[in-house]
Amino acid sequence: MRAGVFWPIAVAVGVVFVVVSRLYLTNEYFYFAGYVVLEYIVLSTAWNILGGYTGYTNFGTGAFFALGAYSSAVLHKLPALLHTTIQVPLPAMILVGGIVSGIVGLGTGYLSLRLRGVFFAIATLALSIVAQTLIVNWDFVGGSRGIYIIRPTLAPLGGGYIQYLFTLMTGLAVLSVGIARSIERSRLGLGFAAIRDDEMAAEASGVPTLRLKLISTTLSGALMGMAGAPLPYYVTYLDPASSFNLAYAVNSVAMPVIGGMTSWIGPVIGAILLGTIQQLATVTISSALNLLIVGALLILFVIIAPNGIVGLVQSWRRRREAG
Amino acid sequence: MTDALLEVRGLGKRFGGFVALEGIDLSIARGERLGLIGPNGSGKSTLVNCLCGTLHNETGTVVFDGKPIDGMIAHERTRLGLARSFQLPKPFHSMNLVDNIRIPLLYTVNARSGHHLSDAAIGERCMELLSDVGLADKARRRPRDLTQVEMRSLELARAVATQPTLLFADEAMAGLSHSEIEEILAVLLRLNEQGITIVLIEHIMSAVMSFSTRLAVLVAGHKIADGPPQEAIRNPEVERAYLGE
Repeated sequence: MRAGVFWPIAVAVGVVFVVVSRLYLTNEYFYFAGYVVLEYIVLSTAWNILGGYTGYTNFGTGAFFALGAYSSAVLHKLPALLHTTIQVPLPAMILVGGIVSGIVGLGTGYLSLRLRGVFFAIATLALSIVAQTLIVNWDFVGGSRGIYIIRPTLAPLGGGYIQYLFTLMTGLAVLSVGIARSIERSRLGLGFAAIRDDEMAAEASGVPTLRLKLISTTLSGALMGMAGAPLPYYVTYLDPASSFNLAYAVNSVAMPVIGGMTSWIGPVIGAILLGTIQQLATVTISSALNLLIVGALLILFVIIAPNGIVGLVQSWRRRREAG
Repeated sequence: MTDALLEVRGLGKRFGGFVALEGIDLSIARGERLGLIGPNGSGKSTLVNCLCGTLHNETGTVVFDGKPIDGMIAHERTRLGLARSFQLPKPFHSMNLVDNIRIPLLYTVNARSGHHLSDAAIGERCMELLSDVGLADKARRRPRDLTQVEMRSLELARAVATQPTLLFADEAMAGLSHSEIEEILAVLLRLNEQGITIVLIEHIMSAVMSFSTRLAVLVAGHKIADGPPQEAIRNPEVERAYLGE
C-alpha cells in the first residue's frame, strides 16, 4: 500500500473508531481503558522509530513522556501566573509537549556520537533519572508532592472530557502510526535501517548517519512527549514517581519486541495485545500483575519468536510459499 | 599542478601511545591501479580508514580531486567520489540485495547536485550493478544466503553504486579460493577499465602483482617503498620486512 493511500485510510479508520465508540460505548471505563491502549500505541510506535528502525535502544521513554506531561502542567498553571483567565487548549499543550520532548530527543541524539548499544541505552536511563530529579526539585510544578490539575468543565467536541481525551489520543495514534508507516519504505527509513544494520557501512554508502539519528531521536522523543501531554488531564494528579515510572520504558520496549520491530504494524499489535491484557488484569486481578505479565510475555517472545508476531507471520508465509 | 587524484602529505595517526601511521606521503594518479601491501599491523587498514574519513588523522593533509578533505566526515567523502569496500564484509543484513545497492544510490548519487535518479532508474541501476558482479539472480535474497565470494562481490557492487572515482578494495579476496580470486580480480579490472582508480589492499601477492601498476609498501606505520611492483618487492627493506634479516 502506497503512503499516499495509507494516510486517508488511517484517518478514516481513526474517525470511524471514534464515531462508533461514541455511539456504542456508554460506560466511561471503556474510554479510560481505551485511552491507555491508544497511549501505548503512540509510545511503542515512537519507541520503535528509534529502537526498531534505527537500532538505538531507548530506556528513557518515561522522561520524554513525563516532560510532555509536565509541559502541559506548566501551561495549565501559566494563565494564573499571568493573571488571565484564558486557558491554553489541550491540542496546543500536546504541540508544546511534543516540541519540548523533541528538543530533549535532539540532545539525546548527540549522545549517539559517542555512545552506542548498551551504553546509549544506559545513558537514556540516566536521562530519565536526571529529568525526574529536576522535576522533583521544581516547586512550580509541585516538586515531589505532585500537582493537582482540574479538568475544564466543558469538553470540546461534545460528550465528557474523557471522551475528548480518548478522541485526541486516537488522533495521536493515527498520527504516529502514519508517520512510522511513511518512514518505513522511504529514503529516510532505508537510511535508518542502514544505521541499524551497520553504521560504518552506512556512512561509507553516503548515509549522513548523525543527521538521521538526530531526526530519529527528535521524532521519537516528540511523539512520546505528545503522548504524555494529555496525562495531567487524564489522571488529574501529576507526580514525578508515577509520570516517570519505569513501567513506561519497559512497556514501550516490550510492545514492539512482542509485536515485531521491523514493521509499523508490530508495535501496534504489541500495544493492543499487552495494553488489553494489562487492562483486563487490572480489573479482574490486580494492577500489580501488569509488569509481571509484560516480563513473562517478553521472555516468552524472546525465546520462541525473537522477531515478534510479525516475524512469526512472515516466516509462516515464507514456509507456505516455499511449499 | 599534477594529475594526482589523491595527494597525501605527512599523514600521521596515533592510538594513545601507539603510532599507527607516521609521515605518510602518497600520491595516486587518475586511472591508476595501486597495490598497497604490508605485514599484519603495518597500518594499511588504518590508512584506508583515515583516507575514507572513518578515522581522523592527527597530522598531515589529504587532497582529493583538488579539494582538501581533512576534517570531512565519511559520507561527505563518499559523495565526493571516494568509496571503499570493507575487509570484513558489512552488508545490510535486514535488506535484500537490491536494497543494499539502493542505499548508496539514494544517498550518494541522488545527493549530488545535477543528479536525480527516479525510483525506476534506481531499480534498473541496482539490477545492472548486481548483474555486473553476477548476483542478479539473487537480487531478492538477503545477504545471509550468499557465499563468501558473493558477499565480497556485493561489497564491491555497493561501493561502485556510489559512482566513485577512487575505490579502496580492502582485502577483497581474503579467504577466497584461486578461482574466486580470479573472479574478483576480473571485476576490479573491469571497474578500472570503466575509469575508476583502484587501490587494492591485499595479502595475496599473486593477485596484487597481477593487478597493480604500482606498489606501495607499509611497515610499522611507515611507507618503505613505492614504485613499479617488481622493483618495490625487490627493495631490501621490503624483503627484510617480509622475510626477516
